[in-house]
Order: sequence, then C-alpha cells, then structure tokens
Amino acid sequence: MKKLEIIIRPGMFEKVKNVLTDLGVHGLNFVEIQGFGRQRGHTEVYRGATMQVDCLPKLKVEIVVHDAALDKVLEAVVTTARTGQVGDGKIFISDVLDAVRIRTGEHGEEAL
Amino acid sequence: MNASDTAFVIICACMVMLMTPALALFYGGLVRSRNVLSTHMHSYASLGLISVLWAFVGYTLAFGDDVGGVIGNFAYVFLRGVEGAAAPAAPQLPHTVFMAFQCMFAVLTVSLVSGAYAERIRFSAMLLFSALWLLFAYAPMAHWVWGGGWMSKIGAVDFAGGAVVHMASGAGALACAQALGPRISSGQSFIPNNLPFTLLGGGLLWFGWFGFNAGSALVAGTLAGHALVTTHLASACGILGWMLVEWKRTGKPTSLGVISGALSGLVAITPGAGFVGLTSAMLIGFVGGIVCYGGVLLKNKLGYDDALDVVGIHGLGGTWGALATGLFAVASVNEVNGMFYGNSHQLWAQFVSVVGTWVYVYAVSRLLLWIVNSCIGLRVAPEAEYTGLDLSEHNERGYTL
Repeated sequence: MKKLEIIIRPGMFEKVKNVLTDLGVHGLNFVEIQGFGRQRGHTEVYRGATMQVDCLPKLKVEIVVHDAALDKVLEAVVTTARTGQVGDGKIFISDVLDAVRIRTGEHGEEAL
Repeated sequence: MNASDTAFVIICACMVMLMTPALALFYGGLVRSRNVLSTHMHSYASLGLISVLWAFVGYTLAFGDDVGGVIGNFAYVFLRGVEGAAAPAAPQLPHTVFMAFQCMFAVLTVSLVSGAYAERIRFSAMLLFSALWLLFAYAPMAHWVWGGGWMSKIGAVDFAGGAVVHMASGAGALACAQALGPRISSGQSFIPNNLPFTLLGGGLLWFGWFGFNAGSALVAGTLAGHALVTTHLASACGILGWMLVEWKRTGKPTSLGVISGALSGLVAITPGAGFVGLTSAMLIGFVGGIVCYGGVLLKNKLGYDDALDVVGIHGLGGTWGALATGLFAVASVNEVNGMFYGNSHQLWAQFVSVVGTWVYVYAVSRLLLWIVNSCIGLRVAPEAEYTGLDLSEHNERGYTL
C-alpha cells in the first residue's frame, strides 16, 4: 500500500476527486493548507501599499492505494491537476505498514 | 415649526446615525482578524458614550448662547429647555430634532478618529480620550463653525462639516497616530481581514452621507436637493479619480481603492455641498480622489502609523474641500461667492478656518492624549497586541468558524 499526499491548487479539487473516483479510489480526505514552494507568493496592493504574501492557499489530498494502482493514479492526478505553470503542486509517496477497517477489523489491502 | 422640514430632518438624523455602524464595518474589515471586534467596538462605544455626553453637556457647549466666540454657555445643560421648544438655530425644527441631528454628527466624528489608533489602544483609554475629545475638541469646533463662534464670524463657511467633522477628525487622528506610535508589525503585513465588510460599510456610508449633507440644509427644499446631487456626483467622481491614479501607479484598480475614492469624494464635497455648483462638485470630487490617494501615501513618507488612513482621507480631503469651497462657491446656489466668482476674501476665510482647525485640534488632542497616557496609559502591552485586542480587551473572538 502506498500513501499519496497530493498538494494541488484549491480550484483543482473537483477534477482530481472525480478522476480518483473513476479509478476506483473509494475514500480520500483533504485539508486546506498554506505554504510555499518554487512559486513563492504574490504581491497584493492595499491603498497604494504593496505587500508581499509568501504563503498561498493550497489543498492537500491524502489517499492510500493498492501498490498495483499506483502508477495509474499518479498519471491521472498529474495530468488532471496540471496547468503547466509554476504552483501546480507536488505529490509525496510513502509506504504504508498496514491499514485497519474499524468496523470489521480487517487488515491490509482488504481494509482499503 | 414646520411638519415637512421636521420629517425631513428626522429621517436625515436616522441616516446619519446609520453612518456609525457603517463606519464600524468599514474600519472593521480593514484590520487584522484578531482586532475586528475591538475596531467595531470603537464605533459602537461612541454611540453610547458620546450620545449621553452630548445630552449632558456637549450640546450646550456647541450650541448654547455664544460666549466670546469661543464656546457655548450652559443654557441647555442636561437638555434643559430643549423639550417642546423650537430650535433657535433653525426655528422650523423642534429643538429636540436639531439636537438629535447634531448628536449623530458628534458620535460619527469621534468614531472617525478611531481609525488612527485601531489595533493597539486600551479600551479604557479610548473611552476617556473620546469623552475629553468631544468636550474639548469637537464641541468648540462645532461652536466656532455652526454655533455662532469666531470661524463663522470671519465668514468661513462649512456646509456639513468639512472642518468640524473631517478636518477635526483628521487632526485628532494625526495626534493619536503620533502619540501611540506604530503598531507592532511582527514581520507581518497589515492585510485587511474582510474587504467585503469594508465595501458594504463604505456603501452604507455613502447612503448615510445623503442625510448628512442634504440634511444640513435643515429645510426640505431646493438647497437640500442641490446638496444631494453635489454629494452623489462628487462621490462618483472620487471613485474615478482614485481609480485613475491607482491604475497608473500600481497597475490594477482595487475594490478598496474604489470605495476609498468614493469616500474621498464625499469628504471633499462635505463643506461645499450647499455652496458650489454641480459641475464644480464633480471637479471637487475627482480631485478629492487624487488628493486623498496622495494623502494615504504620505504616512509612509512621514512615518506615522495612521492605521486606517483617517489623516489621508478625512484630514486632507476635508482640507481640500474647505479650500475648494472658497474657490468654487457661487451665490446663485447659496448667497456666498468664492474666488472664481470674484470674492477672493472667501478663500482667505476658508484658509484661516483650515489653519485654525488643524492647529487647535491637533494641539488639544496631543494635550488630551498626554493626560490620558499619564493617568491610565494609552497602549496595551505588547503581548496583548500580539494576541489581538478582541481577546485581550474584550474576551471575545470575531471569528470562530
């Protein structure tokens, strides 16, 4: 099992969610985050005063997938969430030791 | 007394009352989220405190019988003799209605000053300063201009409060910003927490301003209608003026710029609303938008932290409006000619009123701030400022979403 932490532009969420659902990902969760990467921030102007805003709002979607599904999911997310401009986001992938479905007590990939 | 004029001024008084909650929204949206309630409180507390003080003694100091051109006497202390009589200054109105209309102006003016000390003043210090400021700055100013004091005697005119309301609040604000010192920035930018609040508040201020300016005619007639139109056109042109310079200077027009421009136009036309012609009003508003944009930039150059730009907009806009009244006033509107209509004395009278207002209100404000600071301290502790005044001064938070 792999865990994917997918950081995307907030406006991309619906598209990414739909494509994940189409690929058979049964569950996900997300948090609204702020941060910066290469895009850094942007400037805002209030009554003539220019202000540098470093941290931008992003969305972090977390899913856990079967090892076999990883490549397909990655490709789908990357093509869906991409605009080609700096600031599209990143995906971090890590191994998951185990998973448990609380309702039944099932373990491993059965629990996903 | 006359029913139609009375009805008109009652409605206008209600509209001016609405300007204080509108100002609370306007200012409240501009601060950081941890100070949104305290900034609202500055206006609402003024509605309570200043209204009561006005009834006790403020009104009589401003509109009691003239004592040496400086202050009103105690004829109406605790509103004695106001009930049931006609207003001496406007016999078409009940005295109560005239007093209430003026009360709303006093409340608003004190609230306007709060933009300068937002995000760092102690609430108790704010109350004490506001009370003293009403008695020693606002009441004399109102007396000098509208109560038969020296400014009216030298011929200076101020239709709806360019000096009394806007220049005075601007001068008081400058004193506050300097006496309190800048906000602790903690490396953070001062980014407004809720601009839609600010836009709504600004829009409601515009609405209330019709009561403020048209109502200042005190008669439901041609002059009130004229003031309504000058007010609206000046505000519209203020938007365009501000937008133009902002677009050129920083590349994009902003919503905060549009609403600030509207207020600049409104401030600029306030002293001349019932004295200048309609096209003059448009020019005054347009230039007002540009002047106030420059006024806002001034604080960075001069280094005082006027948090919400009271000096830039009300101080400078009011000054421009007072001088512009001396230039553009025309007797066909209301008995007074300005310099462009052959009466250069009018510009001189306006200039004296501008200097008199700035010097007096600034000096007395600094003195009052020194007294308040010595008695109870003006500023909250730094840790309270980091926490935000909502929690540290009021035990509340504005947003618990």
